[in-house]
Amino acid sequence: MASGELTSSAYIKHHLQNLTYGKFPDGHWGFAENAIEAKEMGFMALHVDTLGFSFVLGALFLFLFANAAKRASIDAPSGFQNFIESIIDFIDDNVRGSFKGQNRMVAPLALTTFIWIILMNTMDLVPVDWLPVLAQKIGAIFGIDPQHVFLKVVPTTDPNMTFGMSIGIFLLILFYSVKEKGLGGFLGELTLHPFGKWMLPANLFLEGVNLLAKPVSLALRLFGNMYAGEMIFILIALLPFWIQWSLSLPWAIFHILIVLLQAFIFMTLVIVYMDMAHQKEH
Amino acid sequence: MNINLTLVGETIMFAMFVWFCMKFIWPPLVDAMAARKKSIEDGLKAAERGKEEHAQAKQNAEELLASTKNQAADIIANADKQANVMIDNAKGAASEEADKIKVHAKAELDQEIVKARNELKGQVSTLVMQGVNSVLEKEVDTKTHKDMLSKLSKSL
Repeated sequence: MASGELTSSAYIKHHLQNLTYGKFPDGHWGFAENAIEAKEMGFMALHVDTLGFSFVLGALFLFLFANAAKRASIDAPSGFQNFIESIIDFIDDNVRGSFKGQNRMVAPLALTTFIWIILMNTMDLVPVDWLPVLAQKIGAIFGIDPQHVFLKVVPTTDPNMTFGMSIGIFLLILFYSVKEKGLGGFLGELTLHPFGKWMLPANLFLEGVNLLAKPVSLALRLFGNMYAGEMIFILIALLPFWIQWSLSLPWAIFHILIVLLQAFIFMTLVIVYMDMAHQKEH
Repeated sequence: MNINLTLVGETIMFAMFVWFCMKFIWPPLVDAMAARKKSIEDGLKAAERGKEEHAQAKQNAEELLASTKNQAADIIANADKQANVMIDNAKGAASEEADKIKVHAKAELDQEIVKARNELKGQVSTLVMQGVNSVLEKEVDTKTHKDMLSKLSKSL
């Protein structure tokens, strides 16, 4: 536990609060000192921790892979290079298996989502108190009340993160649907199917739900899984310290599976959705 | 868990990462891997071809060796045959030559004999003439007698 004077409920709430920088109702910008202030900021606010961790992890991914790309040659790869190339091969196989269209963008898209989500999910395996407490200590150096220093370490437990990605995917789906099928073809797909043109409103309703369900399900599935996992780690952290390992170790081992599985599901669905966007015949 | 500007920020960040990955990471890695795959395939093919060529060369060499052996045997057989023919020819020529020499010698001998006989005949007739001369002690018409004698010697 972070501190003896905290109640369990306050401890959990503290852990689930993002470090928020935004516009206060009176017009000035600053860090929210508690959950209520963060809520009052409304839309004009940034989750600094989510943005920061996701950026660092994404940059780490790009750095590692760009390094491998620079050293890529016709000679036999070794060690790290081999590891990177086996990932590339894995992604390539998946894309070739599911995506039938011609688009050089889909495979890099799948690679980026897969590795980025894995890295962000893996932050869940860092013991829940380490980084928040570190942030509080750093905050204390600058004279900030530890109760006002928030840090949510796992970006994928922030719906802004998962929806941010899925909205990007959604825009790509719309873009390539229109590009490949033409605006008429895309609208036709939305309105003339599955019941024929006399049931146009029903078709539009069904297909519209179908279309909107794609980004929503992508985002909520990833968010829900990671949020639940994080929650259980926080609950385990409420136990006396000498018993925590008996629950957190099995859960962490199981969570490795979830980390990889959720990233894989997200990537596979992205490929499938892109494939659907490219299919001309229904 | 408020939805706010972070959403937009993450979407932009995601787009940037995907763009970077598409521009600088995916193509070089995939190209290098494809090039490596191709070079390995080419190497295997070349090895296969080398193997085939080796087998072919071996077969050619064996065929060449076999045909050379046959040729050598033929040459030896031909040489044997020719030698035999030559020996036979030489034998024939020698015996012919020997026959010729024999015949020649015989003819010469015969001639010698005839010549000696004729000489002898002449000497005998002279001797007879002298003998008759001495017996008769009388001039004889030599000319008449000579004719007579030569008749005689011819009949001899």
